[in-house]
Amino acid sequence: MNDNETTDTGAGSALAHGSGSGAVERHADAAADLFENPGLPPHVHRAADDDPAAAKRAERQVATLFGLSMLATLVFLVSYFAIPDEATFFFPGIGKAKTQNVVLGLSLGFAIFLIGIGAVHWAKTLMSDEEIVEERHVQASTAQERAKAVQVVATGVESTQMNRRPVLKYTLGGALGLFALPLGLQVAGSLGPVTVDELKHTIWDPKDNGGKPIRLMRDPEMTPIRLDEVTLGSVFHVMPETLQKYIDEGKHVLEAKAKAAVILIRLEPELIKVQKAKDWGVDGAVAYSKICTHVGCAVGLYEQQTHHLLCPCHQSTFDLTEDCAVIFGPAKRPLPQLKITVDDAGYLVAPQGFQEPVGPSFWERAR
Amino acid sequence: MSTINESRPADALRSGDHQAEAEASATKPLGGIAGWVDDRVGAAKGVSFLAKKVFPDHWSFMLGEIAMYSMIVCLLTGAFLTFWFVPSASQVVYDGSYVPLQGVTMSDAYRSTLAISFDIRGGLLIRQIHHWAALIFVVSVFVHMARVFFTGAFRKPREINWVFGTILSMLACIEGFAGYSLPDDLLSGTGIRAMNGFVQSVPVIGSYMSYFIFGGAFPGEAIIPRLYSAHVLLIPAILVGLFTAHILLVFVHKHTQFPAPGRTNNNVVGYPLLPVYIAKAGGFFFIVFGVIALISAVVTINPIWAYGPYDPSPITAGSQPDWYMGFADGALRLLPGFLEFVSWGNFTWSMNIFPGSILLLPIMWTIIGAYPFVEAWVTGDKREHHLLDRPRNAPTRTAIGIAGISMYTVLFFAAGNDLMAIKLHLSINDITQTLRVLFFVGPVVAFIVTKRICLSLQRADRQKVLHGRETGTIWRYADGRFEEIHAPLTAEERWVLVQHESPEPLALTAGKDANGVDSPIARKERLRAKFSHFYFRDRVAPATPSELEAAHHEHDHGGHVAAPAGEHEAIESGAGSERETIKADRHLD
Repeated sequence: MNDNETTDTGAGSALAHGSGSGAVERHADAAADLFENPGLPPHVHRAADDDPAAAKRAERQVATLFGLSMLATLVFLVSYFAIPDEATFFFPGIGKAKTQNVVLGLSLGFAIFLIGIGAVHWAKTLMSDEEIVEERHVQASTAQERAKAVQVVATGVESTQMNRRPVLKYTLGGALGLFALPLGLQVAGSLGPVTVDELKHTIWDPKDNGGKPIRLMRDPEMTPIRLDEVTLGSVFHVMPETLQKYIDEGKHVLEAKAKAAVILIRLEPELIKVQKAKDWGVDGAVAYSKICTHVGCAVGLYEQQTHHLLCPCHQSTFDLTEDCAVIFGPAKRPLPQLKITVDDAGYLVAPQGFQEPVGPSFWERAR
Repeated sequence: MSTINESRPADALRSGDHQAEAEASATKPLGGIAGWVDDRVGAAKGVSFLAKKVFPDHWSFMLGEIAMYSMIVCLLTGAFLTFWFVPSASQVVYDGSYVPLQGVTMSDAYRSTLAISFDIRGGLLIRQIHHWAALIFVVSVFVHMARVFFTGAFRKPREINWVFGTILSMLACIEGFAGYSLPDDLLSGTGIRAMNGFVQSVPVIGSYMSYFIFGGAFPGEAIIPRLYSAHVLLIPAILVGLFTAHILLVFVHKHTQFPAPGRTNNNVVGYPLLPVYIAKAGGFFFIVFGVIALISAVVTINPIWAYGPYDPSPITAGSQPDWYMGFADGALRLLPGFLEFVSWGNFTWSMNIFPGSILLLPIMWTIIGAYPFVEAWVTGDKREHHLLDRPRNAPTRTAIGIAGISMYTVLFFAAGNDLMAIKLHLSINDITQTLRVLFFVGPVVAFIVTKRICLSLQRADRQKVLHGRETGTIWRYADGRFEEIHAPLTAEERWVLVQHESPEPLALTAGKDANGVDSPIARKERLRAKFSHFYFRDRVAPATPSELEAAHHEHDHGGHVAAPAGEHEAIESGAGSERETIKADRHLD
């Protein structure tokens, strides 16, 4: 006999499929042909149920665990005062560790853990382990209970006269439907302010600098950069000169930085394949927005060998030689380039702001 | 299908229990403080009800307990942290005891988190316990959820509780995200920056939402206090409320139990709350708390001092969220950039971001939450289920679950594509491409393989019931043959393998109405029959007594030259007369 039939009902004469003898009959009288629940197996006694010595041993073990817990608590209390804040030690396998954290943590951990182990051990050795059977009842109320509930509710609704005076029902519904609006409006209306156009603007715009070109400054030192300091292959994290005003005032520094961050890299001019990219740079030194066009992380990883810029958040990869076009990853658009030149004093400046919004896409971006 | 035989020992146990209760109430009158309380609130009725409440025992039922206890640890340590944490983004200059950051401008939130870590005695420990407990909370919620799913514990009458649990698990993730963003360190700030990008990707209202959430331009000073009130007030209030309802429903429904001798759909067999469960479950709280404290003592989590304060310009390699947001981060890494496009009217559709970041969570949790209702519709099963399924006995459901998990796992691994590339010396592009393919192929393969494994396990169960278990004893016959001796199962051992139902696909009845026109109801039913076919097409029916009888019969009159009966008896001596009925199996097909 084949015990492994997989009954397939796909082909109409379903149940007969597969197994020769057994299957059809089996399903025909399936209701009767079932094994019977053999019932709870007899309770097996544990050592501590029968042997007083074993019970005594269990008692001692549990008491020891609780005792050790108390000891650990004591260690915590003493160490809290005894261990200086700055103390460190070498933790084997882990490294330099703050003594206070380790000792306080271990003592607290054991103080708590041992209570748990003790309680469970107590339950497993000494408390009754005879299983108890509780009957279940269907969740649904009986028909009478349901009928009674319906009647009670109906009587209650009836006494409100709601059905006889429908205008009350409709006005109440309207009032309840509307009353949340003021609350919602207050929250939604006041969470703002909303100035979506701001998303398209950075402080690289010369208008912010009295129309003068804006110097490229090292971040965070805020010192100007001379072209000859930008050696081949070097990377500069750059902020605009205009940021200084924000730093001095101590206001909106991060908001300004969040869009103005620029990365400045110098590579062999002939490597740059796009004429615009070459023209907007100086002698192979090019500046691009450092804000990823995917979701806005800083594109901070530069692979010198391949001239790729990599965003560490989601691995969008931009090719510097291709005007920072996306060559891999979830970003769609190239990093916007910032046009740079050299001013009379030999420092790098941006004569014009970004020509497109920097950072992640948004609904109105292309408008 | 499970019926109670009134003469079972189970009932004898229960009647003894009633006696014990009567004796207890007669022995000692209620007095003192307990009497004072009972005079005012009548607590005695509830106490005796609760104390006798029975909970079945199984290791997997502890998973939910771990979730519950780690949540309590979070609430406790979180309350501590609020005493020192300053939820403010206003910029200050650090002058605390951590030397490398002295003189650095940072937010008050970051400064106060450094203070908790370095200047408040034991503060670091509390912070570490809070973070570890949060991680363990979310893990245990998910594993608990998987347990409930694979055992079919979500079936009627527990669908509501499944939905509550679904919402709880989503809130747990959001609560975690809000929490780890609060210190305003470089890593979590980068996470908020990415979140801003997610929000901006929403069609039509994205930019507005971003300005609403951040109270102006990113990052602003509003986000930290707003996340704080969400993290310590809004979400915990909903979490605790839903959790309470979750637990109350467990009490109302009584806990499910695994099938076993004496356990039926109409009873619950286990230990009473007092004393065993008070001791075991109460003790388990201390175990969970204790283990979290021990981990926190020796394993650093989220060393914010190493990251520095948030600044939009710097970044660290390997920027990743906490593990439970990994799948969403992974989805973002897999979505190719070409999905973004500009439509008529010059509107930008960020379909490379929006589906993975904003849509994924609600879609995923809606599917999870809706599953019990889908399955109930397919099976048409309106009965209450209190006995759990062994996952193998619901092959299609188990396969669906594993397929879902494999999808999740692909996304989860995608969130570590950069680390895999570095550690395994692979190309990140290859890894990403592979995972993109795996996202679609993996679940299909996982579904098929899982279903086959389940069916094979069911067949193995049948085999075991009909032919006994392998003893590992090899018998050499007089004619030189070798055979392994199979020992028959006891009734108790057998019961677990045969107690389940194996539904057949729903059959279609005539789909036409009186005039021979397709009725819309029939069309709906046809869809249902299709689903039913998908679910139950492949089935292995549990062994029945008559099949067992037939198997015995076959053994006794098998085609082989039978060894002398006495030899078998010699081997199985001591096995009892019941076991002699099957003897050795000669049909290892």
